[in-house]
Amino acid sequence: MTKFLTLLSREIKSYFYSPIAYIVLCFFLLLTGFCFYSSVTYLSRGATELTIIEAFFNSVPFWIGFILIFPPITMRVYAEEFKLGTIETLMTAPVRDWQVVLSKFGGALAFYIVLWLPTLLYFVTFEHVVKTDAANAIGAYWGSYLMVLMIGMLFISLGCFASVLTQNQMVAAVISLSLITLFFFGGLLAFFTPNVSPAFRMATGYFSTLEHMGEFSKGLIDSRRFVFYLSGTLLMLGLTHQVFQYRRWKS
Amino acid sequence: MPMIKVENLTKRYAGFTAINDLSFEVEKGEIVGFLGPNGAGKSTTMRILSSYMPATSGRASIAGFDVFAQSLQARQHLGYMPENVPLYTEMRVTEYLNYRAALKEITGRRQRERVGDVKELCNLKEMENRIIGTLSKGYRQRVGLADALLHSPDLLILDEPTIGLDPNQIRQVRELIRNLGRHHTILLSTHILSEVEMTCSRVVIINKGKIEAADTPENLVNDMRAAGGIRFEAQTGADDGAAELGKIAGVKEVSVETEEAWSVFTLRTDSQSDPREEIWRLATDRHWTVRELSRRRATLEDVFVEMTLDDDEA
Ligand SMILES: Nc1ncnc2c1ncn2[C@@H]1O[C@H](COP(=O)(O)OP(=O)(O)OP(=O)(O)O)[C@@H](O)[C@H]1O
Ligand SMILES: [Mg+2]
Repeated sequence: MTKFLTLLSREIKSYFYSPIAYIVLCFFLLLTGFCFYSSVTYLSRGATELTIIEAFFNSVPFWIGFILIFPPITMRVYAEEFKLGTIETLMTAPVRDWQVVLSKFGGALAFYIVLWLPTLLYFVTFEHVVKTDAANAIGAYWGSYLMVLMIGMLFISLGCFASVLTQNQMVAAVISLSLITLFFFGGLLAFFTPNVSPAFRMATGYFSTLEHMGEFSKGLIDSRRFVFYLSGTLLMLGLTHQVFQYRRWKS
Repeated sequence: MPMIKVENLTKRYAGFTAINDLSFEVEKGEIVGFLGPNGAGKSTTMRILSSYMPATSGRASIAGFDVFAQSLQARQHLGYMPENVPLYTEMRVTEYLNYRAALKEITGRRQRERVGDVKELCNLKEMENRIIGTLSKGYRQRVGLADALLHSPDLLILDEPTIGLDPNQIRQVRELIRNLGRHHTILLSTHILSEVEMTCSRVVIINKGKIEAADTPENLVNDMRAAGGIRFEAQTGADDGAAELGKIAGVKEVSVETEEAWSVFTLRTDSQSDPREEIWRLATDRHWTVRELSRRRATLEDVFVEMTLDDDEA
């Protein structure tokens, strides 16, 4: 366990050695700031059914920007170690493969959580200023942030998988962006195709990130979604572990 | 129980055989030089021994632990410094060593002690707060070595520890290795043969993935066909110098070249005998004029060249 924590803390620290972390942080602050601002102006234009949190988490600019933050977070985790050869020093220390795989995932997830922390402030301030009935909204907050966490886990595990495939960070970034985009738009297929059968809508709905966020930001927490995201994450981590071993063994 | 035991080890990379049926042992307390030309398979063997990758077939163990089946225990007994010493360039020296110590389960007070000790040992004190990426090659090498020493492992495997160092640093590292050899078993690969002659108690020479020789440097040198050579320059007048010299006991072969009035004889001898006195006596008896009589000892380099160049170039 101490070994895992040692690995994890290095992974987290390594983000702050590189300028990419700060660029992503700035970008994400700007993006969420903009989305929050536009949600507030939207709401202030007149009476609507939407709450602030729904407006925020279901806007188009939010999703476009959101997808873009994953590749820079995960692209270096394995690719850089293979490139620099540090994977050899790392894996000849007495550590287990799965400890490394989990620490890299955990480090990226921790950075992702740090990215989200400032956004809590927006909503706290908003509720404070507007003085809406906060009790009503509490479920929506829980739901939204839980969804953010679960989507983050899945997309980060996809990104880690992309990174373990190559020693070139750019290639890793492109692969992870492609995987995430495919996944995201795959879930939207039912919206784009007219006259779909209900079965098809059901099937795509099962992995439609956008719909899930829609439900959760209303406070409708559905345990099937947990199963889906957690098992997806585990699957990707398992694959990452396999490829990680395979690459060293063939190298 | 030998510290390293390698049995019939074979490694194939996508159809290419890097090492082929390798077997050797390293006993506790030895300093063994692992030699071979570029691409011979030295690094491949060391990577297998360090559990970085598994062999295609065969077995290897460190301190009795199989490097594949019991790799965690094997790694605990091993300090490994890979070729080119890959390091996290954005970390500081002490920070890196602390991190590595924690990975090797050295924590708390013992961590501070050990990190301090290895910094002392590798002369890293004045660089302890530098970012690794800004260090010169020699200092990075020392950071790698310090890391390998952190957990006072029984066995050190060092892949080209002195490559890219200046002569002063090479000498320092050599001293360090010799001192470490008092408490550790060491397997090191290098291309600097004089270094091996000075530090190693035994050498293993591999070529194209196969072992060519494994013995002490002295035995290898002595057993070599081209063991010693004697150079003798003289004016022999009317005598047939080559024939006369050839009669001396211990001389196996004589060749002559002429340089103006002088004859330059090159004599091959048995590895044990030194017939220089006889030659001198012969020369004074015959009233030859002598201007040089010297012996050239075979070196490990001769052995290396002979063993690894045989088939194509020699
Ligand atoms: N990842 C790899 N894929 C394919 N072939 C490889 C790989 N790594 C090494 N080889 C080949 O295996 C052979 C042995 O390589 P190795 O690195 O063990 O040699 P070496 O003895 O350490 O040489 P050097 O003195 O140059 O360091 C070489 O021919 C090399 O090209
Ligand atoms: Mg090598």
